[in-house]
This record gives sequence, C-alpha cells and structure tokens, in this order.
Amino acid sequence: MSESHTGEHVHHELGFWRKYVFSTDHKIIGIQYLITAMSMAVVGGTLSMLMRYQLAWPSMISPTLGKLMPDAFAGGVMKPEFYVSLVTMHGTIMVFFLFTAVLTGGFGNFLIPLQIGARDMAFPFLNALSYWVFLLSCIVIFSALFVTTGAPLGGWTSYAPLSAIPAAGPGQGTGVTLWITAIALFTASGLMGGLNYITTILTMRTRGMSMMRLPLTQWSLLITAILALLAFPVLLAAGILLMFDRMGGTSFFVPAGIIMNQMPIEHSGGHPLLWQHLFWFFGHPEVYIVVLPAMGMASDILSTFCRKPIFSYRMMVYSMIAIAVLSFVVWGHHMFVSGMNPFLGSVFTLTTLLIAVPSAIKTFNWLGTVWGARIRFTAAGLFAIGFVSMFVSGGLSGIFLGTSAADIQLQDTYFVVAHFHLVMAIAPLFAAFGGLYFWFPKMFGRFMNETLGRIHFWLTFIGVYCVFFPMHIIGIGGQMRRIYDPTQYMFLVPQQPVNVFISIAAFILGAGQLIFLFNFLFSIFAGKRVLERNPWHATTLEWTAPTPPGHGNFGEELPVVYRWPFDYSVPGEKEDFIPQTVPATVVAKQ
Amino acid sequence: MPILVEERRPVGPPPPIKPADRGGEGDFGESGSAFPLSKGQIGVWILLTAIIMLFAGLSSAYIVLRGVPSWQNIELPSLLWPNTAVLLLSSVAVELSRRAIRRNDIQSMKSWLAVGGALGLTFLIGQLAAWRQLVNAGVYLPSTLQSSFFYILSGLHGLHLLGGVVALGIVLVMALRNRLTSLRYEPLKLCATYWHVLDGLWVYLFLLLLLS
Repeated sequence: MSESHTGEHVHHELGFWRKYVFSTDHKIIGIQYLITAMSMAVVGGTLSMLMRYQLAWPSMISPTLGKLMPDAFAGGVMKPEFYVSLVTMHGTIMVFFLFTAVLTGGFGNFLIPLQIGARDMAFPFLNALSYWVFLLSCIVIFSALFVTTGAPLGGWTSYAPLSAIPAAGPGQGTGVTLWITAIALFTASGLMGGLNYITTILTMRTRGMSMMRLPLTQWSLLITAILALLAFPVLLAAGILLMFDRMGGTSFFVPAGIIMNQMPIEHSGGHPLLWQHLFWFFGHPEVYIVVLPAMGMASDILSTFCRKPIFSYRMMVYSMIAIAVLSFVVWGHHMFVSGMNPFLGSVFTLTTLLIAVPSAIKTFNWLGTVWGARIRFTAAGLFAIGFVSMFVSGGLSGIFLGTSAADIQLQDTYFVVAHFHLVMAIAPLFAAFGGLYFWFPKMFGRFMNETLGRIHFWLTFIGVYCVFFPMHIIGIGGQMRRIYDPTQYMFLVPQQPVNVFISIAAFILGAGQLIFLFNFLFSIFAGKRVLERNPWHATTLEWTAPTPPGHGNFGEELPVVYRWPFDYSVPGEKEDFIPQTVPATVVAKQ
Repeated sequence: MPILVEERRPVGPPPPIKPADRGGEGDFGESGSAFPLSKGQIGVWILLTAIIMLFAGLSSAYIVLRGVPSWQNIELPSLLWPNTAVLLLSSVAVELSRRAIRRNDIQSMKSWLAVGGALGLTFLIGQLAAWRQLVNAGVYLPSTLQSSFFYILSGLHGLHLLGGVVALGIVLVMALRNRLTSLRYEPLKLCATYWHVLDGLWVYLFLLLLLS
C-alpha cells in the first residue's frame, strides 16, 4: 500500500479483509475507531443507567435483575461493591475509551489527511497498529467486568492506597490489574496515534496550506496530540509504580501502618498523595485532550452552518495554545481537600482562574460567530450550538470549583459530578454528534436522516439539562458522589424525589440515544445517497474530495490551497462560500 | 442586521512548487520554507519526548519520596561507574560511525556501528551484573524506596536501550547490504539521535541516584 502514497498513486484493489479490516487507510482506521468507541459508549452508558436505577430506587427488590445478574443483584438488590465498580468502569470507559478515542482516534484519523490535503498519514502502518492496540485495550478493560472477583472499585482515578493493595476489596485484585494493563495499552496506542497526527500535520500539508490556513479542527488535533504526548507517559509512569506496589512489594504509594483484616500490611513509607499528583498531572490535561478537538470541530461546523467566518480565527488558535500550556499547571485544583499545602492551593486557584480567560475568549468568539448569522438549523449545526451551551453551563460551575474556598465545601458532591459531566463529557459528546452528522456523508456516501437527527438533538439537549442541572442543587444540598444509597443519610432523604426525577430523565435520555444508533446504522446502508462532493457547501478540503473518498483521497492531483478555511458570505460573491481551492484570480475579477 | 465579520484573510497565491523528490505528498505550507525536519526525525523526537516524560514522571516521584522520613539510601553498585563509561564510549562510536558515512567512508561506518552496538550490549550485561551485585549485598526491589527506584529506573532505561540496540542492529544489516550511502543515511541518523538521548538519560538517572 505504501506505493500509493507517492506521486503516482497506484490503485490496486484489495480484498475485503485488507480493505476494511486490516487496513492502513486512515479513513477506515478512523471509522474503526469511531465504531469501537461507540460500542464502548453503549457499555459505559448502560452502566450509568444501572447507577441511576440504584440511586433513585435504592432498596427496591427486582427479581428480574436478580435473575439476570445474580452476582451483582443478590436477592434482587444491587450490592454496594457492584455499585462502586459501576462508578469506576463508567468513568474509565467514558473518559478513555469513548471520548479520547472517538475525538482524536475517530475524527482525527478520518479528518487529518483529508483536511490538510494529504493522501494518508505519515506512518500508515503505525496508524493501523495504534487501532489494534486500542482494540486490545478495550477488550482488556471490558473483560474486567467479567472476572469472578469483580471489576475495580477505585474510581476512574484509581486512588492509592486503595488501588495499591490487592486485598483492599473484591475488585482490587484482578480488576485493578486489568485496569492498569488497559490504560498502559491505551497509552501505547495513543502515542502511536499522536506521533502520526503531529508528523502528518507538520510535514504533509498540501501546497498553499500554511499553518494559518488550517481549519480549527486541525489546530485542535495538533495541540491535543502534543498534550497527549506530554501527559500520557506520566500516567504510564504512575501506573508502573502502582503495578510494582501491587506485585513487587514496593511501597511507593502505600504508607506504613495500614491494617488489613486485623493484620498490619508489610508495606512501609510510601506517599498516597504522590499518586494523586501524578494522576492529576495527567488527568487535567486529559480533560483538554477531550475538550480541545471538540472545540475545533464545533468551531468549523458552527461557521459552516452560520455561513459566516469564525469570529477571530487567530485568537481561537492562540487561546487553544494558551489552554494547552495552562492545563499543565492547574492539576492541584483536584486536590484542594487532600491535605496538600494550602498555599499551593492558592497558586492552583490562580492558575485555574487564569485558564478561564482563554476559555472565555473562545466562548465569546463562538457567540460572535452565531451573532447575526442566518443559521441553518441542521442536526449537525444544532449539535455544534449545543456544544457551546454545554461548555458554558459546565464551565461556569468550574469557576466555583476552581476557587479553593468554595471547593472545600463542594468537593466530592454532586455539584462536581454535574460540572465535569457537562463540561468534559456532554460538551464533547455534542461536538462528536455534530461531527458525525456533519461528516457522515463524506464517510459513507449517504446522509443520516435529518428529521431523526433533530429529534435526537432536542431529546438529548433537554434530557441532558434535566439530568445534570438538578445535580447542582442536590450537590449543594450535600449529596456526596459515589454513594450507594442516598436514603441512608437523613439529611438527603428530602432530596430523594430529585434523584428519582434525574433517573427518569436519564432513562429518557438513554432511550433518545437509541434513535441515534438506529439512524447511524440504518443510514450506513439505506440513508439518502449523497450525489455531490460538497453537500453542506463547506469550504475545507475534504469536501473537494470524491464522496466517499477513494484510496489516496484526492484522485490524480492533490488540491492546492489559496485561502483560509472560512470564506463564507464574502461580500460581492455569488455563492456564500468559497472553497479553499478556489484561486485568487477568480476573486480579483470582482 | 449586518453580518458581523471580524477579519478576512487576504487571498494569496500558493507558494512555488517544491522539488519533485517530495512527490505527491504536497509541500510544507509557508511559502518558500519546507518544514525543516523529515518525518522520521519528527517521529523519533516525538518518541523521545514520550520517553523523557515517562522518566520525568518517575524522577518527580523519586524527588518527592526522597523527602519522606522512611527514605533510606542504598550503596549503589560500584559496577555502575564502568558501565556508564562503556555507554559513553558507545555514544562516541555511534557518532564516529555517523561522521564516517558523511565522508562516505562506508567501511569505518560499519565498523564503528558494530563497535557502538557491542558496547551497548556490554552496558546492558553490565547493568544486569550490577543488579547481581546488589542482590548479593542483600538489597532487593522492595528493600528500601531507593532500591525500588534503582531497579525500576535502571530496568526501564535498559529496556529502552535494548530497543536502541535492536535498531542499531537493523541499521547494521542495512549497512552490510550496502543500502546506506553518504546521501541516504537517515536510519543511521535517527538511531544515533535516539542513542545519544538514551545515553544522556542514563547519565541523568545515575546523577539522580548518586546525589541522594
């Protein structure tokens, strides 16, 4: 296949397996990432539904569930340790195996060569390997749900010493070992992917595609890849030390004096806070690894459906860079109550409030883009607008939580749960949905059903607010995260109807996603065919390629770029968009 | 309401077409300036950045834990000194090999490359022997925090260096098949970069362990 990346791209038909399964074509790898991550989303989403069931009706006996999952529902009531494993697995699957994978792995692979005008990634084989290692990591984490001792219990953050001592709980043996293995594999896969993204964007742009003519999606993917490159190895380092604590008898994270089963354990002298520092040094940039590509994609989609250039392209790029740099110095805001030096807490408050500045610049730029526009309310456009809404809603509560004085009160309550879901899960989810509706025609040569798409949008938009907005209130009311049964606490009992409301809303929200899944799968085979290359009248290079693009993407000649990607509604022009490939001379005639 | 347009980027001609040897991959954007690094160089530097961040994470853990009351220094194996010297010599050999191919002196390129690889292997065997020294002294992985770090840091570094030895071996095979010339020797260049950084990394780790 490598010969096709040279000038004379030789087309030779490959068999089914080489073409669609063991492919080194970036488009197929992107779609493989998308579909694998969507499958993981179904798993992660189902787990969250079980959690909502438990939180709304904690002591209800369900013989059906008891029969279906006898280990988890002894006597028809969910076991506490099963609930905690749901929390852990839901968080882990969603953060790593859905959001990180779908945005950088899925859209990154599909879009990078197409949007910069390249035939494929810089290292196609490495790219394929990245997907297969990712798939392996998915299988490993998925298998943690089925080991006899149960899935890990330590939360997606796997805090030590709980995670460092295999005897600390039923899922802390094999479960945590599988967790660490999956994360290590995921890191390796992410490194291979990131290596490709950075190299491809830097060296393989087509003629005329200067850095400042890149679509914002490309900028966001480049910055994300650099973030991942710097953050993931630190998590790997922490994982290695944790593995040695568990299996090699070392004591990096285990302090002396822990008593297990009435016996003092043999470890001595470690520092549990060290795990938190290492984890969050990775963990906070990870938030931006998820959010930045969402920002880039939403910007491009928003501009397309507003028929206006993105407001302040340069500031969009600079603020993404600023966010990336600052994201490495804010990790302590996750640890205000951990016993860290309070002076350090003040420093982290300052840096955290600082990162709100570039985030706000981006938000105002999106508003500036939407302002006065004749918006085309397609499903993709709606989801891009929804992204901005979610980012603002989740971002504003972040200012409270980033301030140590307020956070000490709100730490580990549902206020935090509401905040991070809106800002780092739902906002990227909206961007990913927007991206799917937008690029689906290019991926599969068919449209997704627009009516179903809009129904899906409104169900999701309203559903998400019904689920997460009340969580702020019960959080301020004192409901703690990760608790198994709120009704065990007298002061939480009056709030229980809110939990029931949230759960019903969550079930409707979950059912709404089935509409999307149906639409996605149905449209691959039977959606309306796309008859033109550029159905949305967009400007970027992928829309100048055939639909769906063949091997090598652009046919005989690579496109040549003459302008930035946001020439929408240029005054005096007949069309309200000018693709990046239209030469200057055409404009000069006016 | 007027459409709010903040800025319009001027439309300009594309930069001149680059020489054909980049065939089909397009050129590199900014007019007249090809991207200064090749794909392979960027790839190796990205890999090295990841490795450096891995060890940065580990050494930050080391520095934090050095402050806990239960920290106990171990006596580092004396073999580390000759090992370090051997590794530095291997870097010199690899560098001589790279210089030789620049002069198109293929024969000495091959010899120095083989010497570099052999010295690298000697270092790895030396590190295993250093472990042996420690074990004989009764210092094991879980003995003290510093011994845990010593085994893990030197082990991980050794594994990464082993990768470098394999890469040197592959380049040596390429050289023996006369596939490297003074005009085309990027594999050797990339290997040398990796090797020097890994050597530097060991010197850093050794100093970190010594200066406790």
